[in-house]
Amino acid sequence: MLTGITVNAACALVGCFLILRKMSMMGDALSHAVLPGLVVAFVLTGSRSMVPMFVGAVIAGLLTTFMTQTLHQYLRVPSDASMGIVFTAMFAVGVVLVKQFTEGLHFDIGCVYEGALEYVPFGERVAGLPRQLFTSLVVLLLNFAVLIMLWKELKLSAFDPALATTMGFSATKMHYLLMVLVSVTTVASFEAVGSILVVAMLIVPASTAHLLSDRLGWMVVLSVLIGAVAAVLGFWWATYWDTSISGMMTVAAGCLYAIAVLVSPRYGLISSVLRNIRMSLLVLRDDVLAMLYRIEELKSSKKFSIAETAAAVGGGWLASVSIFQLQRSGNIEQASGSLQLTDQGREAARRLVRSHRLWETYLVEQLGMPLDHVHEPAHRVEHYIDEQIQEQLAAELETSDQDPHGRQIPH
Amino acid sequence: MSQTAFEVHDMTVAYHRRPVLWDIDLEIPEGKLVGIVGPNGAGKTTLIKAALGLVQLASGKVEIYGKSYEEQRHLIGYVPQRESVDWDFPVTVRDVVLMGTYGRLGWFRRPGKAELEIADRSLQHVGMGAFAKRQIRQLSGGQQQRVFLARALAQEAQIYFLDEPFAGVDAATESAIVELLEELRTSGKTVLVVHHDLQTVSDYFDYVILLNMRLIACGPVEETFTNENLQKTYGGRLTILDEAAEAIRRSKPLQ
Repeated sequence: MLTGITVNAACALVGCFLILRKMSMMGDALSHAVLPGLVVAFVLTGSRSMVPMFVGAVIAGLLTTFMTQTLHQYLRVPSDASMGIVFTAMFAVGVVLVKQFTEGLHFDIGCVYEGALEYVPFGERVAGLPRQLFTSLVVLLLNFAVLIMLWKELKLSAFDPALATTMGFSATKMHYLLMVLVSVTTVASFEAVGSILVVAMLIVPASTAHLLSDRLGWMVVLSVLIGAVAAVLGFWWATYWDTSISGMMTVAAGCLYAIAVLVSPRYGLISSVLRNIRMSLLVLRDDVLAMLYRIEELKSSKKFSIAETAAAVGGGWLASVSIFQLQRSGNIEQASGSLQLTDQGREAARRLVRSHRLWETYLVEQLGMPLDHVHEPAHRVEHYIDEQIQEQLAAELETSDQDPHGRQIPH
Repeated sequence: MSQTAFEVHDMTVAYHRRPVLWDIDLEIPEGKLVGIVGPNGAGKTTLIKAALGLVQLASGKVEIYGKSYEEQRHLIGYVPQRESVDWDFPVTVRDVVLMGTYGRLGWFRRPGKAELEIADRSLQHVGMGAFAKRQIRQLSGGQQQRVFLARALAQEAQIYFLDEPFAGVDAATESAIVELLEELRTSGKTVLVVHHDLQTVSDYFDYVILLNMRLIACGPVEETFTNENLQKTYGGRLTILDEAAEAIRRSKPLQ
């Protein structure tokens, strides 16, 4: 479980910058493309120890980055296609090499996909720690150190690469640096969570954190926490159902993301539904006020009950709620079964009708729209016109006391 | 005659072999407000990017106060087009402005108190002091532009390159920018601005670069911003240059 936490945390650290640079899939690409590097390093040194593996991975990673960039820049292959071409080719080379050179040796391809967190405690040990834990700790520390040292450079080149370059922090160099980190992280995580799940760990916690935070610092901290929580949850669930730990960790990360989508204050589904309801209620309240005002203006003797008013603005439970809100806020009152504006409500309604009619006049006078086409647009816009825009409109219009239908524009 | 702040020698820039700027030669004296004017696709942004080392030159050179760009980075302030960055990026207004000080800090050093003060002062300068702690997502177009200007101020440069600062901003921001440009000039800075609105050129600038793939004219507004030069800049498609460029791209002579 500790290995899971460190792996996820290390992934989350670099993952944040990947998604902010809109290069999430580069993580996918690299995690596959490092394979030939690993095999070559293995074949050359005959060992699976850390240093040759990292060197192999970094070289393969840089090569992939370089080839992707070259294809994209000089041969004008679209960047997604060039990524697809390079990483599949590299991965295929890796698979061929594995078959060719490592037959009979311990290099389990299944392990590459799924990882083998389950066996971590039983494997060999380095410095008293299981090997995978040791490697992932080293990588976590490395990522952490680079982030601390180059925080402002990474931030600037992710936000505004052009400015970064003009200041002498070459955005290309930062790109390669990030890719090196991603490669190294991928390798360290390989044995533990497997290549495909590395991608999830690079992207999902960071995206979740992006939904939930406004500051880069917070985003990074949160993503690490989310990665860790996913590791713990995944471990529990996997033990409970007796299934793949790394699979469960990814599922857990996915669940956390789903929760963030629901509750995120800005983009969250719940908050956007609430926002929509609030907006509809505002529009309905405005409509009720304006309608009552127009009835008064026509000196019509027609009386509207609550039900009739609600029906007139489109009906539904939201309409009833909006009328209730208006009553409670003292804008309308019920007298002998029919609704009437209070003084306060009349004032509010007058502002609305003024907005509506000024806008109609503006559309006809300045934009030359036909008379029978202006009510609907004005009806949509009236809710958003504040006093400042009203004054601007009034100042620009030639006739600001009568609307194009010949009705008076209230002041 | 005052010092030359910015000089371009015989510069050609090409994208994928196709030249977009041909043999540009120009000199801008210190302390001028310079409008870079020309139709779409004339290479205005490319001129700035070439000056800043963001695109490779096919030939020629650019000098800032007599030296190459690399040696003079610290003298340069840059305001890219507003749309060139992701305004959903998780940073505050103040963070963005603070980025202006990064260049002076160099590698590894972190911004400290002095830099924060510069950032806050720059923000106040553009009338955005109250927005320091806001997330940049919440800003309007005009406010975004002001934040970018504040960031450029925080660069404390001698020569500024602004790419379409007036694009899509409200009237209040536009006049605030103009005021700021004039202040910069008063304090002896040189400012080059990619500009679209021909109507305002003579009001805003005292120097103008007329560009349409090649340099049409460069000089003080009164002498250079003439109908004749404008005709040359905008009138008619420059079919010959276009065709030549296409031929170079295909590495085939014109048929």
